Amino acid sequence: MAGTLRVARYSQRPRLIVSAWLALASMTGAVALIAYYAPEDVDQGLSQKIFYVHVPIALTAYACFGWGAWKALRHLSRRQPGADLESYVAIHIGVIFGVLTLTTGSIWAKISWGVWWTWGSDQLVLFLVLFLFYCAYMMLRFSVADGPQRANLCAVYALFGVVLIPVSFFAIRLSQDFIHPVVFNQHGPQMAGSMLLTFCVAWAALLALASTLYRIELAGKRIDLRLRELKEVRA
Amino acid sequence: MNAAEQYVAAAYLVVLVLVLTYVLIIATKLQRLERTLDDVSSTKGATPDEPAPEEQTRPAASARRHRGGVEAQTR
Repeated sequence: MAGTLRVARYSQRPRLIVSAWLALASMTGAVALIAYYAPEDVDQGLSQKIFYVHVPIALTAYACFGWGAWKALRHLSRRQPGADLESYVAIHIGVIFGVLTLTTGSIWAKISWGVWWTWGSDQLVLFLVLFLFYCAYMMLRFSVADGPQRANLCAVYALFGVVLIPVSFFAIRLSQDFIHPVVFNQHGPQMAGSMLLTFCVAWAALLALASTLYRIELAGKRIDLRLRELKEVRA
Repeated sequence: MNAAEQYVAAAYLVVLVLVLTYVLIIATKLQRLERTLDDVSSTKGATPDEPAPEEQTRPAASARRHRGGVEAQTR
């Protein structure tokens, strides 16, 4: 915590502290709503409560990948300073949320379907493809020497990856997938108002958490970069 | 605790543990950065009083230009 505060002071970013407190408060609120306010589902019972963490995490992962692609576009189109690093950090956070999506989804699948994983669901397979695509982004980034060429390659790769997000999101709606449930369809959210409120608070909380982690990671990477440059100059 | 409760608890625990692990990794990296920053700061603080051997032989104006160049590069 002291390190975080120190980084915030060095990088002159009080928004990081606000973001951290917002994340903590909203996470506490979300957990309270999930535990005491949201009713149990008639069909699935208590196991449906995984929905309030699994779906918001998946949507937050999409948001991180989307933000990474936006920053990649800024890098390619306007040569915005630092956009490459911001794109990388956003995708890094997205991959972490991807791991959480797959893990929580697997646990939910086990209790609901009796299996940890099924290859018969397009939604699952497409999310796995998306996740592996961004894991390969990390391999690409660390296999090319630091410089403009790496920044350009990674930016183009991140832009290609973002195409998979709508494919993953709409595949379940376009295909005849009867395994994975669809809660949000053309008629709106198929759940009670209290469930929707809990879901929205949980999603806001996870977005705040992702934003905080993004800012901390970015501040650390920027300081690391400056220190390395300083040491090279002084050497 | 029945099966459903166990699975729900496991799902939330996994999220908590993974996020905490990530925060721990970040905290470790920040501690390393702090140490490096302290090293660089202490070296920088010692420079005016203890000039490097090559700077001791350099003329004063040349040394000032050199330091200015370094500062310009680090911005």
